[in-house]
Amino acid sequence: MTASATDRVVTAGVDDLRIARYAALAIMLGVVEAGFPSPLPGVKPGIANIVTLLVLWRHGWRDAAWVSLLRIFGGALVLGGFLSPGFALSLCGGIVSLAALAAAQYLQRRWFGPVSLSLIAAFAHIAGQLGLARLWLIPDNGLIRLAPVFFGAALVFGLANGLICARLLKEHPTP
Amino acid sequence: MSKTEWRLLQPGDWLTAALGATLVALLAWLAWNTDAATHVRIYQSGKLFAELDLMAHRTMQVPGPLGDTTVEIAQGRARIAADPSPRQYCVKAGWLTETGQTAICLPNRTSIELTGSRARAYDSLSY
Repeated sequence: MTASATDRVVTAGVDDLRIARYAALAIMLGVVEAGFPSPLPGVKPGIANIVTLLVLWRHGWRDAAWVSLLRIFGGALVLGGFLSPGFALSLCGGIVSLAALAAAQYLQRRWFGPVSLSLIAAFAHIAGQLGLARLWLIPDNGLIRLAPVFFGAALVFGLANGLICARLLKEHPTP
Repeated sequence: MSKTEWRLLQPGDWLTAALGATLVALLAWLAWNTDAATHVRIYQSGKLFAELDLMAHRTMQVPGPLGDTTVEIAQGRARIAADPSPRQYCVKAGWLTETGQTAICLPNRTSIELTGSRARAYDSLSY
């Protein structure tokens, strides 16, 4: 029988369901985090990235990219910031972070654990955000005076998220 | 899959963290250790003609042997907007933004220099 052009059936595969579950978890963490007051605008722990790292470690970069981007779009829709400047910053940070992770995933796992990946992702994330902010939102070199604060936060939170991820992976090596 | 024994922090993680901390320290030093320019000094024939705050927005005429040199100050920077000297080097220098930068107009014997909060690293500059 010829397949109907209007009556299309889309079935979610095992991969799709797994990615959707992780993305939902990441969006939830993002919503929880949005409820916490931030000492400085833009400084956030980024606990949803723990999920991205977990997925990267268990299922590879492709799945991690899906989860990360779904989290950024889904989170923006849930929290109401879709297409806002904050969303653009988040997306740019996420893309640069994923690009860095694409290279960092080949680090020897014997020597480099999730903490390294978390730190690299956090630094790349803030670099992407500051880069876009300098080019588009605040085109002034004075922005560099804030950079140490943001990168310092990336160091602290990258370390914390990485340790949480390592702990989770130690207790549950396989899903 | 056998359960691999591993610590939360691998040896390489310490390395990454140390590199990250170094980067932050370096960035802080670079970003916060600069001496921002606060004033502009205008010299005429080797003598201090005027010292102005860089935050002011103004244009000043400085009379020299060839005619008036126009100094423009705006938003933390300064430049020679116009000068009667033939080669126009000081005008081509454009906007000065950093402490220690100078623009010298010869032979009209006029120059500008940006200064910060700290003392200069040298005693004087003669030409």
